[in-house]
Amino acid sequence: MNRRELLKMIAAATGTALVGGQALTAFASGRAEAVLTDEDVRLLDEVAETLLPRTDTPGAKDAEVGDFMRVFVRDCYTAEQQARFRDGIARVEAHSRAAHGVGFLALDAPRRGEVVAALDREARARMESEARARMESEARAQVETQSEPQGFTLIKQLTLFGFFTSKVGATEVLRYVAVPGHYDGNLAYEPGEPAWATT
Amino acid sequence: MADHHYDAIVVGSGISGGWAAKELTEKGLKVLLLERGRNIEHIKDYHNAHKEAWDYPHRGEPTRQMKADYPVLSRDYPLNEQTLGMWADEQANPYVERQRFDWFRGYHVGGRSLLWGRQSYRWSPADFEANQREGVAVDWPIRYEDLAPWYDYVERFAGIAGTREGLDILPDGEFLPPIPLNRVEKDVAARLEQSFGGRRHLIHSRVANITQPKPEQNRVNCQFRNKCWLGCPYGGYFSTQSATLPVAMATGNLTLRPFSIVTQVLYDKDRGRARGVEVLDAENGQTYEYTADVVFLNASTFNSTWVLMNSATDVWPGGLGSSSGELGHNVMDHHFRAGASGEIEGYRDTYYFGRRPAGFYIPRFRNVGDDRRDYLRGFGYQGSASRERWDREVAEVSHGAELKQALSQPGGWSIGMTAFGEMLPRHANRISLDHGVTDAWGLPVLAMDVGLGDNERAMRRDMVQDAVDMLEAAGVQNVTPEEGDYAPGMGIHEMGTARMGRDPATSVLNAHNQVWDAPNVYVTDGACMTSSSCVNPSLTYMALTARAVDHAVRELKRGNLA
Repeated sequence: MNRRELLKMIAAATGTALVGGQALTAFASGRAEAVLTDEDVRLLDEVAETLLPRTDTPGAKDAEVGDFMRVFVRDCYTAEQQARFRDGIARVEAHSRAAHGVGFLALDAPRRGEVVAALDREARARMESEARARMESEARAQVETQSEPQGFTLIKQLTLFGFFTSKVGATEVLRYVAVPGHYDGNLAYEPGEPAWATT
Repeated sequence: MADHHYDAIVVGSGISGGWAAKELTEKGLKVLLLERGRNIEHIKDYHNAHKEAWDYPHRGEPTRQMKADYPVLSRDYPLNEQTLGMWADEQANPYVERQRFDWFRGYHVGGRSLLWGRQSYRWSPADFEANQREGVAVDWPIRYEDLAPWYDYVERFAGIAGTREGLDILPDGEFLPPIPLNRVEKDVAARLEQSFGGRRHLIHSRVANITQPKPEQNRVNCQFRNKCWLGCPYGGYFSTQSATLPVAMATGNLTLRPFSIVTQVLYDKDRGRARGVEVLDAENGQTYEYTADVVFLNASTFNSTWVLMNSATDVWPGGLGSSSGELGHNVMDHHFRAGASGEIEGYRDTYYFGRRPAGFYIPRFRNVGDDRRDYLRGFGYQGSASRERWDREVAEVSHGAELKQALSQPGGWSIGMTAFGEMLPRHANRISLDHGVTDAWGLPVLAMDVGLGDNERAMRRDMVQDAVDMLEAAGVQNVTPEEGDYAPGMGIHEMGTARMGRDPATSVLNAHNQVWDAPNVYVTDGACMTSSSCVNPSLTYMALTARAVDHAVRELKRGNLA
């Protein structure tokens, strides 16, 4: 699989191409300074762990996904994308307080799950309605429009990307062989066996 | 005064320049190989060859700074952390886009031989005859039969994995065992064969990855890591570094000079011959003269023409080779990013092992035999089938152990393919010197003025629709037509600008790749192409180069180049 296919699949998983990735050629803007604080990273680690928890295999915190997000958002996002990512963090906190009266970090695991599930539903509903509107407007005006994914989608996207491309995620959750040596195009597969980490 | 004299000078060290150096040195000539960029030593300088995503700060993705530094590269996949530094510095090496043109350059020893796609197909007899038959541009001065033995020769040395299929449109060659198709691809191939009455074929990619070791070249067979672009420490694919350069070096006849920008061919107007080249040292800014009996221009399609445009301007204002009025004209690329993809039900008990640097190929079937379309020429498809990964939609679960479990396992099978279409040579598609813009060394840069024509636009409709039809005929579900962003150059198959022909009034080069106006100057990279076929061009450059060197050395011995 080549990079184009990878980006296409990320698009399928999260409703849009990987933001900050190669598909979008945003020009340099924003400052190369810390966009996310240590406090943000702690929160992102817990959101990521809620999305991809440690089970009998490592989870998002084991892969230091929060730290990865700090680096990626700082260096790869435009100022505008950074602002939207920060909105996503604020949205997690706001939803948590509205639904449960306290911030996300003060919630137990099941309630964190409820918050994340609600934000995920909200993001999917938004993307679906935007996609419908886009189809209608394209049919009318024959122009292509593209909407930018909002905060929670960005957080989920970087969680999946950061986790499955980490060494922990790739080698202990997925399967990895550095030097395959040959190709077998008809390998028997049993349900439950992990996917290959690299293509 | 000349600084040094050599029997032959080769300008450029990529695929064709490496071949020229190998052939010339093996025939006993003392050769100076000039490369404008830095040296990259085989294995030792492949710094990222063993890295994985987690070894890069941004897991391979480009940063804002990288996009600012490489605005052209950032239009497509070549801008990534893995190959950063392997593409020409866009700040030091600007060019002008009269129309958008994506120019992806490799300015270092090995050039784009380190970065190429490795798909290696012979041209067909029909490809060489099409211009004449259809009254397009000018006739090729050679036919398939002229090149066939040279295809044999370069395939045996480079090592091409593939299968013999007995197709007129895609001649067979000297192949190593193929890189296998997977089970799904084999089944799709069988269904296509049935659905289209044996007129469309899904075959193995033919690629310059060796499936058997070549101990005489110190090359281990492909290890199925699919990291070719990072330089292969096994020598698993053909590059200047893995294959041609070591052979040339071993003769003791080669001098390699990196950081050497050739600014012009030095032309002796009394003799009507080149006497050497002028070199601007990219590091110290000094100018040097090197003389030779014969000069091979292999600086990459546009840069070979750039050198010609800057040469002998006291005789011809448009440069050496411009007397035809065709120098810089007839730019071609392969237009692509048009095809289809879809999902395949079942096969959940099947997976694969290893990472292929290849997939499948569907040779051209349009305007072949009794098929007639409302456009000329045709296209071939490259594609593959694979199981989906973690970056897929899992609608049922939003988070938690279930999401992790689901994404940790392979998803269903998908298949996709994109066509590579032939682009007709048109005089209006041209490059020219822009003296108003200079590079970091004060040299004038190229201006690109290239666009797709009606023929390509008509072809693109078939490129999408035929892909949809074939996938649907093969039982693929949810088939999605795909047409993505394409601008000339993006195929990284730039061709033309110094075409071969039969008449000095309408072509720059003769049947042996000699400049009509300076027969001891040979141009054997993509610049020489008279038409573009729809197959990947590098194998043909290799064959043309080996053939031209054979000619040059015989002519030198006869005294015809003096």
